[in-house]
Amino acid sequence: MQPVLSLRGISKSFPGVRALDGVQLDLHPGQVTALIGENGAGKSTIVKILTGIYQPDEGTIAVDGQPMTFPTAQAAGVAGVTAIHQETVLFDELTVAENIFIGHAPRGRFGLIDRAAMVDGARRLLAGIGADLDPKARLRDLGIASRHLVAIARALSIDARVVIMDEPTAALSHKEIHELYDLVETLKRQGKAILFISHKFDEIFRIADRYTVFRDGQFVAEGQMAEVTEAALVQMMVGRAVDQIYPKRPAEIGPPVLTVAGYSHPTEFEDIGFTLHRGEILGFYGLVGAGRSEVMQALFGITRPSKGACRVDNEVRVIRSTAEAVAAGIVYVPEDRGRQGAVKGLPIFQNVTLPSLSRTSRAGFLRLAEEFALARDYTQRLDLRAASLDQDVGLLSGGNQQKVVIAKWLATRPRIIILDEPTKGIDIGSKAAVHDFMSELAAQGLAVIMVSSEIPEVLGMSDRVIVMRAGRIAAEFSGAAMTPENLVRAAVGIGEGEAA
Amino acid sequence: MNALLKSREAILALAILILLAVIASRFPGFVRPGNLANVLTDTAPLIILALGQMAVIVTKCIDLSVAANLALCGMISAMLNGAGVPLPLILLAVIALGAALGAVNGLLVWKLSIPSIVVTLGTMTIYRGIIFLLTDGKWINAHQMSEGFKAFPRAVFLGLPVMTWIALAIVAAFALIVSRTPLGRALFAVGGNPHAAVYAGISVGGTQAAAFVISGALAGLTGYLWVARYAVAYVDIAGGFELDVVAACVIGGVAIAGGAGSVAGAVMGALFLGIVKNALPVIGISPFWQMAISGSAILIAIAFNARGQGPAGRIILTKAEHRA
Repeated sequence: MQPVLSLRGISKSFPGVRALDGVQLDLHPGQVTALIGENGAGKSTIVKILTGIYQPDEGTIAVDGQPMTFPTAQAAGVAGVTAIHQETVLFDELTVAENIFIGHAPRGRFGLIDRAAMVDGARRLLAGIGADLDPKARLRDLGIASRHLVAIARALSIDARVVIMDEPTAALSHKEIHELYDLVETLKRQGKAILFISHKFDEIFRIADRYTVFRDGQFVAEGQMAEVTEAALVQMMVGRAVDQIYPKRPAEIGPPVLTVAGYSHPTEFEDIGFTLHRGEILGFYGLVGAGRSEVMQALFGITRPSKGACRVDNEVRVIRSTAEAVAAGIVYVPEDRGRQGAVKGLPIFQNVTLPSLSRTSRAGFLRLAEEFALARDYTQRLDLRAASLDQDVGLLSGGNQQKVVIAKWLATRPRIIILDEPTKGIDIGSKAAVHDFMSELAAQGLAVIMVSSEIPEVLGMSDRVIVMRAGRIAAEFSGAAMTPENLVRAAVGIGEGEAA
Repeated sequence: MNALLKSREAILALAILILLAVIASRFPGFVRPGNLANVLTDTAPLIILALGQMAVIVTKCIDLSVAANLALCGMISAMLNGAGVPLPLILLAVIALGAALGAVNGLLVWKLSIPSIVVTLGTMTIYRGIIFLLTDGKWINAHQMSEGFKAFPRAVFLGLPVMTWIALAIVAAFALIVSRTPLGRALFAVGGNPHAAVYAGISVGGTQAAAFVISGALAGLTGYLWVARYAVAYVDIAGGFELDVVAACVIGGVAIAGGAGSVAGAVMGALFLGIVKNALPVIGISPFWQMAISGSAILIAIAFNARGQGPAGRIILTKAEHRA
């Protein structure tokens, strides 16, 4: 059977990162293909290429065997490819019918939108997928499951032949998930080719017919779901030996520095408890959305936990603001450098000293010499490559920006440093420098928490690993139990009994 | 960025020189030092307010209530003068009142998270309304003001009027605040990347409120200077002046999106407008052309800013997309 859509040799690079490296993907009519891979395997990038948001650097896209390009989202739509995104992209203030037909509304006389035809069409499409929704309802009045239905109806309205579902069940309740499965069956019967992206193994095995595995932007394998086991899939996902050499030095693990007990948040995480020791690197692994960053943000005073306590050096600390966290000796290097880390437009030295201004000023006036000295000290330790400390941070590479952000927090002289995805999106050389420095920090007696989605990094750098899943601590591993398979099993929730 | 700003300021300085040269070719008297000093004095209120506005705009806000604040404080200063309050107390009172009016803006923006353009659009009308309530729309004229009250801004000290010295002192103070105080640094950090500022322990709302207080205090002081200089106070003084103030900032390269701007730029933006306003009548160009030239200057300045920020913006966007 010829695939509807066939990708060959697709590559896509971003500054400093090769997101996709010659991958292939086939989608067959009436079949669900599951795209499986760790965070950063390139799943989202391939979706964006399929929907015309990104252009591949190399490779071919063929529809029914005919080579095509998708220069715009519109072109992908015309070719019959549509995506239902992780965060559904719809318009809150428009009605259900308007959402379904936006961009291709039926036109009546004088080229005006034929509202009656639009509402009728919407009603027909919604009935076709068994959705009981009023086409005239405003989208903002609908729940998340109904929005998905609208998105699917929209996909059908453009006569899609390929439907991409990117984590469609992530935000749905149990009942809604089952309704979605029924819908997938309906779409299959209509002969649509479905690309299903999910981290949940149970649902992949339940609804997918075929699988394709990506790892680090490369194609690993494809095949029939019926011929594969969970264990084999996990093996393909993580599949490599820890080939990179990590500069982890055996640090002396000291007494507990931070003890967290029963930390809970109304929506993001529940009952988080752990102990962090002096000189230790504690890894936090989990899938995107497992709540790792949210826990760290609560520890850093960005959000507040609803319950729970935290002790620093056996002293109970209530952290209500970032200033209080810094005062308690906790600092957090956020994942999202662009948004939360560096202030572009300010020079390097001013970025470094931003949280330490009280120390670099006398009588309310900043002392530039001291600022420079502080910035020079910490940026040199991190081996920052910059023309001068006067240079705008925005002009640095991703890796060097990350170094500036880390230098900024080290300059506050913390006891506990939380690094959230410290090497995400930076080049290999900078990664090694960050890893090296992390080791050095631990050796100097800092307590380090490293949130990371890269298994080799987690395993290579951590003394212990905590795995989170769906806002809870799923498992903790140390020593010989720290294997890629154990981490992934705990993160996706296979074989819970043995893992915990 | 710094190099870019410097070059942008160099371009603006060049534009001012070209403007002066063109004017001099039609009317050489304009560029006599004495006349240039007059232009500077005439532009002093705009310079002072543009600096306050710069502080606000750098934090991603805007203060449309400055002219109304100025008018209210000016009226209060005239009324206090009528009640026999000594001048130093009047000065303190208008600065405090202006700061308080600025604090109202700042607190609404900070605590209620209302967009600053809406807040100051509202308070702009309210502050003018208060003048009307206080005076029933009556004017306070020159003969109702004491001589000392009127003379102070115009008193000549070391060859320049006191008003000009005040503006220069504020320019110097601003240069110091912006480059050498934690608050000055916070203004740019908050405007440049509010999320990162939060993570660095800087209160975004608090910093924005502080900018409004600065802008308000300067408007209060300028209120007295304005009323004393023109020797008249009524509801509509400085009507629409807030737009000149914003224009001066924009021409001076203060980014409306926040995070970028310089004291030198704001001052030169104000001077550019001041020169246009003073020169065009002298060389016989109609007021309509004055407006058209001011407007064109704003558009050209924004086009420059957009071009300067263009490539950087695209790089940020691809990164953002990649993360998503």
